[in-house]
Amino acid sequence: MTIPSKSTVTSKKRPAAPALSRWISLNRVVRRETIIGWLFVLPALLMYAAFVLLPLLLSIQYSFFRWDGITPMTWVGLKNYATVLDDPDLLGTIFNAFRLVVFFSFIPVTLGLVVASIIHRVATGRLGAVARTVLFLPQVIPLVAAGIIWGWLLALPGLINQILKSVGLDALTRAWLGDFDWALPAVGFIGVWVLLGFCTVLLLTGITKVDPSLYESARIDGAGWFTEFVRITIPLLRQEIGVCLTVTVIAALAAFDIVYVTTAGGPGNSTAVPGIQIYILAFTEQRIGLASALAVMLMVLVLVVILPIQRLSRETTS
Amino acid sequence: MNKKSVLWSLASLLVLTSMLLSACGTPATTAAPAATEAPATDAPTGAATEPPAATEAPTEPAAAAGPSCGTDPVVLNAYFETGFDIPFKLADEFTKQYPNVTWDIKQDQFTNLINATPRLLSGDNPPDLLRLPTMVSFAKQGLLMNLDDYATAFGWDEWPVPQLNQNRVAEDGTRGSGSLYAMGLNYSLTGIYYNKELAAQIGMTEPPKTLAEFDDLLAKAKETGLLPIMQWGSAKSGMGLAFPLQNLMAAYGPVEPINDWIFQKPGATIDTPENLEAAQHLEQWIKNSYFPPDINAIEYTDANARFGKGEGVFIFNGDWQNAGYDTDMPGNVGFFLMPPVESGGSPAAMSAPLTYGIAANAKNADCAAFFFNWVATNDKARQIDVNIGGSNPGGPADATMPSVTAGSITNETLAAGPVIGEAGTSMDFIANATSAIFAQGWTPELQKMVGGQQDAAGLLKAVQEEYLRQLEQ
Repeated sequence: MTIPSKSTVTSKKRPAAPALSRWISLNRVVRRETIIGWLFVLPALLMYAAFVLLPLLLSIQYSFFRWDGITPMTWVGLKNYATVLDDPDLLGTIFNAFRLVVFFSFIPVTLGLVVASIIHRVATGRLGAVARTVLFLPQVIPLVAAGIIWGWLLALPGLINQILKSVGLDALTRAWLGDFDWALPAVGFIGVWVLLGFCTVLLLTGITKVDPSLYESARIDGAGWFTEFVRITIPLLRQEIGVCLTVTVIAALAAFDIVYVTTAGGPGNSTAVPGIQIYILAFTEQRIGLASALAVMLMVLVLVVILPIQRLSRETTS
Repeated sequence: MNKKSVLWSLASLLVLTSMLLSACGTPATTAAPAATEAPATDAPTGAATEPPAATEAPTEPAAAAGPSCGTDPVVLNAYFETGFDIPFKLADEFTKQYPNVTWDIKQDQFTNLINATPRLLSGDNPPDLLRLPTMVSFAKQGLLMNLDDYATAFGWDEWPVPQLNQNRVAEDGTRGSGSLYAMGLNYSLTGIYYNKELAAQIGMTEPPKTLAEFDDLLAKAKETGLLPIMQWGSAKSGMGLAFPLQNLMAAYGPVEPINDWIFQKPGATIDTPENLEAAQHLEQWIKNSYFPPDINAIEYTDANARFGKGEGVFIFNGDWQNAGYDTDMPGNVGFFLMPPVESGGSPAAMSAPLTYGIAANAKNADCAAFFFNWVATNDKARQIDVNIGGSNPGGPADATMPSVTAGSITNETLAAGPVIGEAGTSMDFIANATSAIFAQGWTPELQKMVGGQQDAAGLLKAVQEEYLRQLEQ
């Protein structure tokens, strides 16, 4: 009696049953695991829903209303979107954002590729580590502090102009952030300084994953640095380049902090970007609806630009 | 490979969405708290009915013994502006004299206050006393306490007239007349400061009496190799050329149309023939290189620091900067009001109250109103106002004017106050016409004028269009 009872105990836990019931129990385990999985994700999901998805949906909702943030909202349909498309000042901010893409994205990624391949080939030891660290430092410094310091450096009595004067280039000195032609490139240059390190480190990590024998055989075949760079490095780094482009293009189109602390959109509207306009419309002018419409358009614009980049960089893997 | 690409796309999607959300984070996150705090959609009736009920409240105590802080412990819930000592010093002195009153003071930068005020006023714990960056929209939205009954109870109505006008909002939303919605802790005055040593170098023995005399001095300064006028112009500080421009407007024409425009009177325009002359005069000053070449990048603090170090003979500014000038260049700074075009005409000046208000639903409105009255009438409070703020404390016509340290520039600015008062040529600031006219109108357009991309006529036209666009909403 005691022995069979033992066997029943074990069989309760894990019944040696026919195929059907085994399938059911397996299914049950899978389902249980799924539930447990969701439970693990739930806290993060709730936070994500409350602080990301909900505000996003609310923004879309507000964009169809005229609202000052206090009094009742008035439905205006697509009027806010029409206003954005109709107002040259608002459209101009989007144009400026695309000009920033050149500085925030193309230059750091191109330069990052060159620097990463040089570090990989020339400075493999401690020198490489130092170079990586120095280039990456701007990522660690709060952007607002960096922006204020750059504001001082680029001022008429600032360090940049002092250096230019000391080498006899007096004619080039100017108030960089107050000049209609140079304010946007100057802001862009700060962007290069910030994002170059990020791109370099990411691309360098990619290069180190490339099979060294590829480089070795190329060198045996007499390939120089440039051939290596074009034939091996760039094609094998497509994914990393894709990530760099994605992050930096978004940083350019959604720029706010650097611009706000250096020029606040001036002089005139020459560095006004959508982020600044959204901020002024929402907070200073209390036009939540119009601000939301511009924000939604910015989001769509970012998607339109980013999705092709994503597709291009993914094509190589498949 | 398939799994890998799925993983990769998931990861990139995550990166993408999180970046996107940071991209549209500005409106999204702001809109959310506004939605939860402001019962706009849920309880519009509640929001509409509460303020009037609150505004009626002061009548009762006023009818009895006059609003006061009583004798029971009171904690005044206050929002002050960071960087300005006056309200903090006044609060300390008030508690010394009325020990039952203590303070719960929060502070923020002015630009942040502009953005936070609607939510502070409509929130669960509306402040008893707060610095008001602008007031028309808050008054219209029923968020501010109507102070008319307090004005009657304390006799503010009998004070010299211009003081309270800037804080009045009519039912149609125009400023300058109607019900009282705020009080000034003091009344600032603007004009032209000059470096006495540099002024002596260009042969200036006394302040110019006419605009032509002033023009001569500017030309002489330029010839001497000095910078005629130091001024700020960065968008971060707001374009400082609005100061000389408005002074020129008041020199060329009467101040009433300018005030009407600032107070949003129906049909008011800034694009008048007199203002065009003023803007053309400013444009000529710019073309003559009377301002620093890097003005579009100079911030307010930098301009004053450079002026304090001897760069620039003149600077257009207001008496809130007096203490700074006294420290930077003791005994070497002078002040005069913008001279009129014709000799014998009256000078005009921008003068604005340091505006504070009471939330419509404030718990201790009576005590806050009593504080306003105390600031303007108590001798110690008036002394603090002048010592710390450098500005006229206002108040009743017969109130004693506090003493000022000998040699302080404050003596000169205080003496200029009555000149403007008698002439009735005080103006509010053209940058205060709407909450965003400075950021979206004057600053970019004046910066363009410096850059040669905008002329006088275009400037006024563009600002007027922006003004109408902002009033439309």
